[in-house]
Amino acid sequence: MNYTLTKNTRNILFGMMGLGVVGLIYAFVAGIEGQRIWANLLVNGLFFTFIALAGTLFVAIQYASEAGWSAGVKRVPEAMGQYLPIGGLVILIVLAGSAFHVNHIYHWMDDYLVTEKTTVQDLRTYEEGLQHHATHAEHHDAAPAAEGHGHDAPHAEATPAADHYVSEAKFPVGPEHDLYAANYEKAAATDSIANPHFDEIIAGKSGYLNKPFFFARSIIYLAIWIFFTWFFRKRSLAEDLQGDEVKHRKNMNAAGWFLVFFAVTSSTMAWDWVMSVDPHWFSTLFGWYVFAGMFVTGLTMITLISIHLKRNGYFQHINENHFHDLGKFMFGVSVFWTYLWTSQFLLIWYANIPEEVTYFQDRWENYKVLWVANLVINFIFPFLVLMSRDAKRNISFLMVAGVAIICGHWLDVYLMIMPGTVKANYGIGLLEIGMFVGFAGLFGYVTLNALTKASLVAKNHPFVDESAHHHI
Amino acid sequence: MASHEAHIREPLIIGKKDYHQVTEDITYPIAGKANKYWWMAFTVSFITMCWGVGCLAYTVGTGIGVWGSNKTVGWAWDITNFVWWIGIGHAGTLISAVLLLFRQKWRMSINRSAEAMTIFAVICAALFPVFHMGRVWLAYWVLPLPNQFGSLWVNFNSPLLWDVFAISTYFTVSLVFWYLGLVPDFATVRDKFARMGKPLQQKVYNILSFGWSGNARAWHRFEELSLVLAGLSTPLVLSVHTIVSMDFATSVIPGWHTTIFPPYFVAGAIFSGFAMVLTLMLIARKTLNLEDYITVNHVESMNKIIILTGSIVGVAYLTELFISWYSGVEYEQYAFLNRASGPYWWAYWSMMTCNVITPQLFWIKKVRRSFVATFIISIFVNIGMWFERFVIIVTSLHRDYLPSSWVMFHPTFVDIGIFVGTLGIFFTLFLLFCRTFPVIAMAELKSILKSSGDKYKK
Repeated sequence: MNYTLTKNTRNILFGMMGLGVVGLIYAFVAGIEGQRIWANLLVNGLFFTFIALAGTLFVAIQYASEAGWSAGVKRVPEAMGQYLPIGGLVILIVLAGSAFHVNHIYHWMDDYLVTEKTTVQDLRTYEEGLQHHATHAEHHDAAPAAEGHGHDAPHAEATPAADHYVSEAKFPVGPEHDLYAANYEKAAATDSIANPHFDEIIAGKSGYLNKPFFFARSIIYLAIWIFFTWFFRKRSLAEDLQGDEVKHRKNMNAAGWFLVFFAVTSSTMAWDWVMSVDPHWFSTLFGWYVFAGMFVTGLTMITLISIHLKRNGYFQHINENHFHDLGKFMFGVSVFWTYLWTSQFLLIWYANIPEEVTYFQDRWENYKVLWVANLVINFIFPFLVLMSRDAKRNISFLMVAGVAIICGHWLDVYLMIMPGTVKANYGIGLLEIGMFVGFAGLFGYVTLNALTKASLVAKNHPFVDESAHHHI
Repeated sequence: MASHEAHIREPLIIGKKDYHQVTEDITYPIAGKANKYWWMAFTVSFITMCWGVGCLAYTVGTGIGVWGSNKTVGWAWDITNFVWWIGIGHAGTLISAVLLLFRQKWRMSINRSAEAMTIFAVICAALFPVFHMGRVWLAYWVLPLPNQFGSLWVNFNSPLLWDVFAISTYFTVSLVFWYLGLVPDFATVRDKFARMGKPLQQKVYNILSFGWSGNARAWHRFEELSLVLAGLSTPLVLSVHTIVSMDFATSVIPGWHTTIFPPYFVAGAIFSGFAMVLTLMLIARKTLNLEDYITVNHVESMNKIIILTGSIVGVAYLTELFISWYSGVEYEQYAFLNRASGPYWWAYWSMMTCNVITPQLFWIKKVRRSFVATFIISIFVNIGMWFERFVIIVTSLHRDYLPSSWVMFHPTFVDIGIFVGTLGIFFTLFLLFCRTFPVIAMAELKSILKSSGDKYKK
């Protein structure tokens, strides 16, 4: 049986997307700083791409581990993967925006920061540009507060609005710079001087963090993930028409290759797209931390979509035993995510090395409530709700925990991106909520639409009988 | 009930067994006499063990100055061996608890002996920190005892103390879990001796099985308790090596302080544990005639876990290497440069070859289904994982922040003797185990006979 996307569901999804557009329009009208809008685009771009990628990952793991129980739900993660090209495009747009200096999300892309020698003329031009940005931002930021939308930027008044633009720059101010300032006035425009904005740390990384290599990597990740998503689904759908073991074996082999590629790229992708937002900071665990969040979100999305199908009369072959397994995964991987969160935080906090601890200091000082909420929503809540066997076999409990996990991990991605891009000038207002809901609608539409195109039961899958008689 | 197991799954028990035959096969080494290979192996192990005990006695009598450790390299072979043995002790509980949660039925043929290895390996591991204390008789000072005992109050901020709690808890729960599983099997052995007309053995095994009656209530409680212990063991197995990794990672020593350590140590521990299980089980299946129970299918599944954990470890090595460069911190960069090209380059490249390259051969189906190849690769992994700990500990310490203190570490005969001695202890205990305990969980295995035995599969 195929899934039918009813008018009702479609309208809800379009309504969600509409809210996203409204959020965006509001942001422009209210004059919310461009950097914050871009950062939001990146948060949602990453978050939903991660979910789609986790769908493909789930399929690959099931093939590689020869899991039987999951054969009945596998059409859901297969459909989720179909969102990958769209999510990837959103990410590439943000990356391109940084490369062309439309945004400053990846501010290491500013070539001036890695130029050791400069001329007085170039320096002057560069600093005028910074001043311009700073006043520009200040102007925009003041607007919503004056109109009584202060909740959008609760901390805006506490910190200078242009803080993040100047954070990496070294404006020559104070008595020790008087000499510099005097020379600066006297120097001829073409005189070569040491660049005061030169960032030694970023320059040291330019062998890896440079635009051509960065874009090449990004495109390769996306292209190969999309290729495998397509490959798995193609064989899987072909199996419906003609069942033989050959297609299954092909997917099993492909799953091995995908997992190898994923093992490397899930980390490098996290360094590139997420960790390099704070280009001075580093943590060896970061890639796995991002992976754990991605995996639990993807598993939760599989569960929520399966619940939607079950509630609408599809998925007759899926019962509380399958939900029990999905619930175990949600519970277990939530704990695993917490384990990695704790490992990363505890070790950095304990050693208290300045260049590492600054990452958590930023979050503790400016994002305290959200930072604590991240742990409560993503660990304590699902841990308590999904602890018992009965809860994992109950659709309502799974939905409550599932919605919390989805929102919670969106917040986790938000906390990875925002401090490095907008410092304290953040907010969770109509823009953020609207864009989150809007992208959720888009993701939902793409996934459910993909579900209409194939049978919900993988008919000739060798484990489909095991799955139908799954009992725990 | 008809089985719905997919036809493409291979049987887990071959040789057309029925219930009685399973009992006969598995109690055979206990009821029968030991062959000369067993006696040879036991003699060698026992002598080695005695040599190790002698070296320990010499250490206690003279002081730990007889070890090669020095002022700069304060931790060397002792802690390397400690971490290596603790790592090996991870496979047992992983197989019995984590694989139980993942419903991997193939674990039933190997969980018993893997759990036994866990217990023996943790015993070997615990010797090292205890003897490194110097005054072994004051070892109880590691416990949070009031000062009236003459001890000092322990430092709860120290991961070394967390180790005390983690390892002792792990050991206790593993031991209870292992013993619980043995209870019905001891009863089976008891009944076997009853049939053979051997009252003394019957009595001993009756006591060991707590007079197991096999009634429905007993089975019900047995299963309830198994589940509870499995649930407890899962976080424990992760916690042990996490905390061992924190012994290093909470410091500010380049090469030690890195956030990836906890999960990477856990993966490495499972990796080495599985390698040791494979090494031993490949010998045991031959000598104890268990070829029908530990099949090529089992070996393949274990090899897949070796690929998985070996690849995780490989990714972690490369991540550390890359991030040390990426960090821009010169001390980090030097620590890794020194590992790969300094005076201990051979240890680093032995580790890389044994741990990263050799397990990748298991991607080839022929290799992972070959007993000989598996045996050789499992030895490589054992060696590689020892070198991993040596590289982490010694190469990070021997060139510290103060170049005037840079030294090399040279093990003394006592260092080597104690390490070889622990191998003796381990194998002695394992050989005794093989002759007195049912090496395969019979009761559990019988529960899958009708779904995964070749006699019952179409």
